[in-house]
Amino acid sequence: MRIEVEINGRPYAGEVEPRTLLSDFIRHEAGLTGTHVGCEHGVCGACTIQLDGETVRSCLMLAAQANGRSLLTVEGLAGGGDLHPLQEAFHERHALQCGFCTPGFLLSAEALLRERPDPSEREVREALAGNLCRCTGYEGIVKAVLDVAAARRAEAA
Amino acid sequence: MKPAPFDYAAPRTLDEALGALGQDAKPLAGGQSLVPLLNFRFARPATIVDLNGVDELAYLRRSGGTLWIGALIRQATLERSAVAAAGWPLLTRAVAHVAHPAIRNRGTVGGSVAHADPAAELPVALTALDARFHVRSAARGARTIAAGDFFQAPLMTALEPDELLVEIEVPPPPDGARAAFAEHARTHGDFALAGAAVVRAGTEHAAIALLGAGPTPVRVPDAERALCNGASAAEAARIAGAELDDDYRRALTAELVRRAIEEAA
Repeated sequence: MRIEVEINGRPYAGEVEPRTLLSDFIRHEAGLTGTHVGCEHGVCGACTIQLDGETVRSCLMLAAQANGRSLLTVEGLAGGGDLHPLQEAFHERHALQCGFCTPGFLLSAEALLRERPDPSEREVREALAGNLCRCTGYEGIVKAVLDVAAARRAEAA
Repeated sequence: MKPAPFDYAAPRTLDEALGALGQDAKPLAGGQSLVPLLNFRFARPATIVDLNGVDELAYLRRSGGTLWIGALIRQATLERSAVAAAGWPLLTRAVAHVAHPAIRNRGTVGGSVAHADPAAELPVALTALDARFHVRSAARGARTIAAGDFFQAPLMTALEPDELLVEIEVPPPPDGARAAFAEHARTHGDFALAGAAVVRAGTEHAAIALLGAGPTPVRVPDAERALCNGASAAEAARIAGAELDDDYRRALTAELVRRAIEEAA
């Protein structure tokens, strides 16, 4: 079956089998390999993307279900060659080592800060509890997200 | 792994959806339980009937004091619902424990019920609230099943293969009722090891439903009666915990019941 999807503001179309997972469409058909595939059963969070602005596990959706919808992947975060503030903060805080989990964390964190611009540390930890990182111990990741929230507060003040 | 091949139906109406269901077809709602089963090939249905285009099932409303939840309501929608928070705060509390935000954005309330995992929060909360499940099939029409009859075994319900859970009816809690939900999971968002949902209204009404204490959500009538007859939270919790054989789970469950009873006092 044929599907048409908008990813990071650009249209993509392709032929898919009904069983094609959205994560595989993004990586293999659209060629956007920043979305990583870890467990394929919704536990690790590596494949987290945004569907019409809401975080979802792309390994738990069929590509067919994204027909006509708008997706955001990690490639869409940085604009015009500049890193997104969350990416900058991850860099500053050493919030990644191997980087496999990072795209999923970034998209979860972006959605959190849109819904809750001033989260507590506990809220950050809860919002990111569905993303697993086996390198960092999470401390740098949590601090990076709190840094971005604090910087935005300072900017707004 | 990847799913085995299947035929894909994307109905736009409830009638079309019911027409597509049958012996070897599976309805797909949020997919947060079914798609992992497909990926692992534990489930290999011939046909997937995707309900996500059936807009008529996407409603959550209060009518005549009763809460009606259509089969396509996302867990995140229930979590944010002011109607639910005002009248059925137990549901608001329980749904916040369901996995993670990205899962709740897709997962549906009806899907949690139809999947019937004994460690799932929503079936336990709905059991404590005496919810009724309205199901329908093309061949046999509609029927209504009480929570106590709906859940039969782990991942097994009273649903026939051609039947669809269409809506959930949550009656108004008794006057002055207070509710609480408590669970213990090793990590926030993981399946809980034990948990309890409690609804209390003075000495008139007590409902206690346990999570992870058996093959289905478990009501504990002896503990409920004791509570109405003036037993302490600790005593009622001890009676509820007696459902479990394992020492650790018994102690854990009793403690969670005690906390929930006190919170709902």
